[in-house]
Amino acid sequence: MSDEVTAQRKPLLEVTGLKAGYGIVEVLFGIDIRVDTHETVVVLGANGAGKTTTLRAISGMIPSSGSIVFDGVSISGKRPDQLLRLGIAHVPQGRGTIGALTVEENLRVGAFSRKDNEVTSDIERWYEQFPRLGERRGQLAGSMSGGEQQMLAIARALMSRPTLLLLDEPSMGLAPLVTEEVFNQLRIISSTTSTSVLLVEQNANIALEFASRAYALEAGEILISGPSEQLQGDPAIQKAYLGV
Amino acid sequence: MRDFLQVLLVGIGDGAIYAMLGLGLVVIYRSTGVLNFAQGELAMFSTFLVWTIWDVGAPMWLAVLLGMVGGFIVGALVHEAFVRPVGDPHQKPLAVVIVTIGLFLGINGLAQVIWGATDKVLEPLFGSSQITIAGVAIQWQKIGAVASLAAVAFVFYILFQKTKLGLAMRAVASNSESAGLVGIPVLRLLMLGWGFAAAVGTLAGVLTAPSLGLSPRLMQLTLIFAFAAITLGGFDSLIGAIVGGLTVGILSSTLPRYVSAFEKMPLAPAFILILLVLLIRPQGLFGSKDVSRV
Repeated sequence: MSDEVTAQRKPLLEVTGLKAGYGIVEVLFGIDIRVDTHETVVVLGANGAGKTTTLRAISGMIPSSGSIVFDGVSISGKRPDQLLRLGIAHVPQGRGTIGALTVEENLRVGAFSRKDNEVTSDIERWYEQFPRLGERRGQLAGSMSGGEQQMLAIARALMSRPTLLLLDEPSMGLAPLVTEEVFNQLRIISSTTSTSVLLVEQNANIALEFASRAYALEAGEILISGPSEQLQGDPAIQKAYLGV
Repeated sequence: MRDFLQVLLVGIGDGAIYAMLGLGLVVIYRSTGVLNFAQGELAMFSTFLVWTIWDVGAPMWLAVLLGMVGGFIVGALVHEAFVRPVGDPHQKPLAVVIVTIGLFLGINGLAQVIWGATDKVLEPLFGSSQITIAGVAIQWQKIGAVASLAAVAFVFYILFQKTKLGLAMRAVASNSESAGLVGIPVLRLLMLGWGFAAAVGTLAGVLTAPSLGLSPRLMQLTLIFAFAAITLGGFDSLIGAIVGGLTVGILSSTLPRYVSAFEKMPLAPAFILILLVLLIRPQGLFGSKDVSRV
């Protein structure tokens, strides 16, 4: 990525010195992450590195210290429902399926914060993008396969028309082919909408293909960061995540 | 046969009241995962509100309407003041249950302080006359109880299936974390749930008071019947509360009548039912078994 392109982009999310944990257990020891407008960024990390904690802290699900600035405004201490109104949608770990609602109701409830009358046409739009969801619109979401639930979770989050999409390990528990399909869809979404994506993943191969920039998180600290190609070529990353 | 029909109809009328209290329990259980032990006492409290308004000269229907609004406000305030500060009921269910037991005692004591321990007389909402069909006498009050249940069920159906608020409440019930992530103010909806439950409880209390006498003990037996009702129907099923309530009402009026062993133990059928359901089908007739696919 050239310097001119970076200069044109505006910072959307700026996380500085983020510390968070659960009770007395510290998980994050002051990490810095930046996501620009129209950008896809991945945070790589093994189990227990603090990936989920990072996203949960950013979206206000757990308390944190340090600075989180979104679109020029400090958002520290805000609740998830307040952040959603500002434009941050979070697809949680394990997909967060609202199992007792049908597929269509999941999408409809995804637009809860919206007051416009384009909700129904947006739902149709996502049915076109994810035909499986359209076929199963009347089915209870909890009875669908893992891959379908992941697609539904992404579509539900996008129903709020976010500027930033937080994705917590979309590959979790999915077969390789299904994972690939999910990332193909994400690629289409990030090229056809103006939504930026901050993804946390263990599956470095597919995540580095998808994202333009990457951070490597280990034991609550950022070890390396840079353009995805650079991390793909880094011997330490290759050894730790890419199995080369 | 005529005698059986008579007893059966009484049971259906009583069952409608258990079902209404049960609906309130289900609404709160679905959204928070806890049983609200204070449900009956909230109903008793707002029934006293109805009595107070009626006693100063308001017509009965207006008193009930205002009492339901008052019950809604009391329920919502109780949630904000005592339940919410305890923390997320999904993470600390036991703590919240203990709070509802505390509320049971607290509200009961408060009612004794305000209205005294002696029984008040509340006029039957649907009058004290009865009609006789084919030799079977039915009190209008019992018919009114069934009609009220039907009305409440209809309103709940519209609310939960046809409105955005109801959709949001069902989302909170199914997955409160995801509900928050799609922008639903979860705590405010829990407060509304407590309000709705208390408002419906008012109706149950008003229908119970004329036959039992209005005292702070008003809903204590009814609550046990309502627990039996939702155990049978399923803690998280609105339809279950209705089917369960009517079944418990019928069993509790017919069994003591025809089985001499139950004559002196009118509560026994309810307890036996709770035990049997928990042994044979713990999720109840319509309750969900928590199916999830990952």
